[in-house]
Amino acid sequence: MIPAPFEYARPTTVDEALQAVAAGGEDVKIMAGGQSLIPVMRLRLAAPSTVVDLGRVAEMRGVREDGDALVIGAMTTHAEVLTDPLIAQHAKLIAEATETVADRQTRRRGTFGGALAHADPAGDLPAVALALDAEMVIAGPNGRRTVPASEFFVDYLTTALDEGEILVEIRVPKLAGEWGVRYEKFNRVAQAWSIVAVAAAVRRENGHIAEARIGLTNMGPTPLRASATEAALSGAAASADAVAAAARSAAEGTSPSSDLNAQADYREHLAQVLTRRAVAAAAGL
Amino acid sequence: MTQVSMRVDGVTYTDEVEPRTLLVHHLREALGKVGTVVGCDTSNCGACTVHLDGQAVKSCTVFAVQADGAEVTTIEGIGSAGDLHPVQKAFHEMHGLQCGYCTPGMIMASIDLLKENPNPSETEVREGIEGNLCRCTGYQNIVRAVQQAAGEMAGRSDTLGAQA
Amino acid sequence: MTVTEDPAAAEVAPEREIGKARRRKEDARLITGRTTWTDNMVLPGMLHLAVVRSPVAHGKITNVDVSAALEAPGVVAVYTGRDLADEQGSIPCAWPVTADMVNPGHPSIAVEEVNHVGEAVAVIVARSRSAAADAIELVDVDYDLLPPVLDMEQAVKGEADLCHDHIESNTAYHFVFDAGEAGTGGDTEQAFADADVVVSRRFVNQRLIPAFMEPRSVVVQPQGDNFTMWSATQIPHVLRVMLAMVTGVPEHKLRVVAPDVGGGFGGKLQVNPEEVIALLIARRLGKPVKWTETRSESLMAAHHGRDQIQYIDVASDREGNVKGLRVRILADMGAYLRLITPGVPALGAFMFPGIYKFPAYRFECDGIFTNKVPTDAYRGAGRPEATFAVERIMDELAVELGMDPLELRRKNWIQAQEFPFTTVAGLEYDSGDYDAATQQALELLGYQELREEQRRRRESNDPVQLGIGFSTFTEMCGLAPSRVLGSLSYGAGGWETASIRMLPTGKVEVVTGSTPHGQGHETAWSQLVADQLGVPFEDVEVLHGDTAVSHKGMDTYGSRSLVVGGTAVVKAADKVIEKARKVAAHLLEANEDDLEFSAGKFTVRGTPGTALSIQEIALAVFAAHNYPEDIEPSIDADATFDPVNFSFPHGTHVCAMEVDTETGFVKIRKYACVDDVGTIVNPLIVEGQVHGGLAQGIAQALYEEAVYDADGNLTTGTFVDYLVPSAADLPHFDTGNTVHVAPGNPIGAKGVGEAGCIASTPAVVNAALDAVRHLGVRDIRMPLTPERVWRAIHQGGDGGDRATAGTNAYGGASTESTAGVSTPASSLGGDL
Repeated sequence: MIPAPFEYARPTTVDEALQAVAAGGEDVKIMAGGQSLIPVMRLRLAAPSTVVDLGRVAEMRGVREDGDALVIGAMTTHAEVLTDPLIAQHAKLIAEATETVADRQTRRRGTFGGALAHADPAGDLPAVALALDAEMVIAGPNGRRTVPASEFFVDYLTTALDEGEILVEIRVPKLAGEWGVRYEKFNRVAQAWSIVAVAAAVRRENGHIAEARIGLTNMGPTPLRASATEAALSGAAASADAVAAAARSAAEGTSPSSDLNAQADYREHLAQVLTRRAVAAAAGL
Repeated sequence: MTQVSMRVDGVTYTDEVEPRTLLVHHLREALGKVGTVVGCDTSNCGACTVHLDGQAVKSCTVFAVQADGAEVTTIEGIGSAGDLHPVQKAFHEMHGLQCGYCTPGMIMASIDLLKENPNPSETEVREGIEGNLCRCTGYQNIVRAVQQAAGEMAGRSDTLGAQA
Repeated sequence: MTVTEDPAAAEVAPEREIGKARRRKEDARLITGRTTWTDNMVLPGMLHLAVVRSPVAHGKITNVDVSAALEAPGVVAVYTGRDLADEQGSIPCAWPVTADMVNPGHPSIAVEEVNHVGEAVAVIVARSRSAAADAIELVDVDYDLLPPVLDMEQAVKGEADLCHDHIESNTAYHFVFDAGEAGTGGDTEQAFADADVVVSRRFVNQRLIPAFMEPRSVVVQPQGDNFTMWSATQIPHVLRVMLAMVTGVPEHKLRVVAPDVGGGFGGKLQVNPEEVIALLIARRLGKPVKWTETRSESLMAAHHGRDQIQYIDVASDREGNVKGLRVRILADMGAYLRLITPGVPALGAFMFPGIYKFPAYRFECDGIFTNKVPTDAYRGAGRPEATFAVERIMDELAVELGMDPLELRRKNWIQAQEFPFTTVAGLEYDSGDYDAATQQALELLGYQELREEQRRRRESNDPVQLGIGFSTFTEMCGLAPSRVLGSLSYGAGGWETASIRMLPTGKVEVVTGSTPHGQGHETAWSQLVADQLGVPFEDVEVLHGDTAVSHKGMDTYGSRSLVVGGTAVVKAADKVIEKARKVAAHLLEANEDDLEFSAGKFTVRGTPGTALSIQEIALAVFAAHNYPEDIEPSIDADATFDPVNFSFPHGTHVCAMEVDTETGFVKIRKYACVDDVGTIVNPLIVEGQVHGGLAQGIAQALYEEAVYDADGNLTTGTFVDYLVPSAADLPHFDTGNTVHVAPGNPIGAKGVGEAGCIASTPAVVNAALDAVRHLGVRDIRMPLTPERVWRAIHQGGDGGDRATAGTNAYGGASTESTAGVSTPASSLGGDL
């Protein structure tokens, strides 16, 4: 299929990009890597009048340190994330999840920021950003603002980004202390989206689990935290039984959909099993 | 219409394109690079894989305007009948193709994989080409071909030379 | 290397080509991108077609407004069904399996009503592909909706809605084969009445999509009153005949070319509505036209395969001696009857008894209309369905009897010394040794070790259980003896033809009527001819796929090419030799009877040093200065081969499967198979065919299903939801062969194209069930999605229906069944 015609803008700075988005009117689409947008346009499920391509905005690319946080440019590709030494050192969970995104070619084009701003609940990175308490740095006509991940994902394919705004970078707090991580993805074929996935980061202290952060992929219209499990794990013994007991509440507060691959009750079950496995692996059990 | 200029298989082309033109359609229809094919519309099959500035991408999921100024390599640019790329040669030797429709994309993805991982295990090859669908071969001979090419590219070309 | 004149060296016979792992001749263009796919074709003035498709499964068309589309830039014409009603005829159905079969007629473009989502309702003709695509959404079609008929078991009830209101019911035909009545077996009802044990099951053989990698494409060029059609088809010859019959374009004015074709698997064994449409529009406009489908169009509108509900009963005594088999089938035709739609289940009718000596057998099949795209051939066509049913029910019987599934099979299968064996279905199985293949397969798998591991996992209550499943199968190949096809009411024969042209320079052109689409005919036929004529492999060129070059043929399907088409090549070569013998005798001044032909040369017995190669004779005949007076100056020859019987490849497939009982995820641990396909001409090609077949058969068991929602929308409408497995989803295969030559053809080949696909599906399902039977699971419906497996383990039943909504990937792209039509819901939020 061939997309419907559109006007094309290719800014090279964030300021130019904001201007292009403003000039594009209501029917503008911002394109990062295009790996979800282009298929949707080919199927003519989206027919924007203007596409603003961020591909040449160099300042939105790359990973740097800023004190206790990593700052990941929104246009950093998945492939770049995978080979970035700072990510390997401070945000291994992101690398682990990114490795499972689509396939090699798609990871060459697809971007970290694009995946978050697209906010597909079946996408792997939103739950990771949520679990890591990432912050979204958003540029708009009136300057920049920062939105925590917990407020960024609003609904199915909907974020806190307002009209005219662009997600420019993501601040990911470095994990301090002895953290283990695991992204446990469940799908039917290798390149498919997650049916359910669980992003877990666990900090152990003296044979106990001091803190656990658990993000759930595809358990509702937005990524979710498994808050009940997190609470149950806080201070729990680092044992298989304790983890299993805590994981039983992983689906609390979720509202998964039913589709070809899974009905809601099965997704709830998977969330529990995968949470148990992810936490156990992250805790080194 | 937007002007785009790109170097494809060593030749520079400058054309006016509609922004909505997919790179693969530009390659096929404007430049006659019909060796690269389209197999789906959801970026699943990988038949359209080319190298964009040295990296494997699905050319059905890139607009031609995005490749403005870029270097594109297609299946037509990596070797010729008398001078095959080791991966092409290995696909032939190991019977890594039947109908051949997925083959250009498979070969381009495999070259990309080997650049990153020159000595992949069977599992690494299988995962490395997960973005390319083949309906004929059951993949086993493709996996063999990629591993065979890896061996040759790692410097066993002298042995082959002696045999030839 | 030095040139040697040593006559002894020259006498050494060339190495036999048959059996050699020749690298394929076809590859050179395919690995370098120098291919001739139909969509590559560009002709001056060529116009592009785009098809407007129905978004509703069932409805009367009340109005089609094309005015806006006609005004769109670049649009040259728009045609509706009404515009073409007088000339489009009906898509042909060549297989009226019963005398009273009801065919509702199949317009290429719907005229009065639509009967499946994706049915063509109008065609845009435009200057560019994009202009044609853009105009699709400008065509406004009004429908009066009718209730869709989607469920076969509902459709056959008295009060059911009708798929076609001009016919009386949803049943196209009722086909019966009763061994008692046919005289090939006993009374089935009596056998069941007398049996100690009867096991009955209902199996669902789900709807699949062939999913060849190259989307369908057709180009038609009018030249005066002649037309050339290039099409991505398996069957250029059949297509030409059928198009002539349907459209009235005289057969001799129509040339059909299948250039490089990117896979078919039965999916391109069709006379497609779009091919008819392209021809009619090219005729109207006098301009070349092209239509190339998108993948979503292909999944939605190209024919599907399988889709049977099978009620199967097996009768046995307590010791496990089978006494009877009774099969009733509902076979989904879809909305219309295409080329061999009704024949697919009928072809399977004869294979349900498998390799077992059932004394009694009865088969009944109802072909049912539903408001879905028609079904037709898909790799195996009828035989995978039959094999699945019998191999599954044998396991069920083994469980019922408390017997080892292999022991039960062994007790009932035909013994090696019993060949040829006439089965209860009346087929004469040619050759084989089921026990030998089974022994070898068990060794390849490492059976004992895995059984041991299975026991350990069971004892330790491991969350990951292991199972081992068998399929000891046979299939009927080499389609087909023309007289048998006639007795089954098929509309054509099953012969194949070949020509050999000896060129003046000694090179050889082989023309085959069997048109390849990825198999490797050019290589295998070259091997056959090289051996037969004693010429170098490289000196043979194989021509095919163009009705102007290869004027007749029956093309490629049903594992027939080597068995039937290859035999025609061999017989043509024999005729060349016989013609050349007369010339050789003349030139060597010898008696024909004193000539020997070996390694490409005629020699005179007892006269060393005199020799004339067949390539030299080709030149002599070209010059034609000196040849016997009673012959024509040519050694070219044609042959047509019509087999007397089918061939019967067989094999044993063994699958070891891990089942994660916590999630339901299944993973093939090991897969081994030993196939007997008769003589192997090229082991590389044979192995490749087995691998590819395995991938598709395993995919039926684990991944693929065409799913329709309650409104008749195909929700597996893209590769996001129709799961064709990748390399990462399939295991390594351990394959082997036994060889029992087929007595029915001089090559001894049985056919290999479908074996892996037919055999593997039940082995995989049996393996999964073997892993979890102790947990109370009796059946799991295909595909074995993790959800179904989990439900079967934890909730009982067969895993049940899947939800029909597509995944939300790409914003639910897959739930939008009419690609090209945007809806208000399709505008998405967010930056990607």
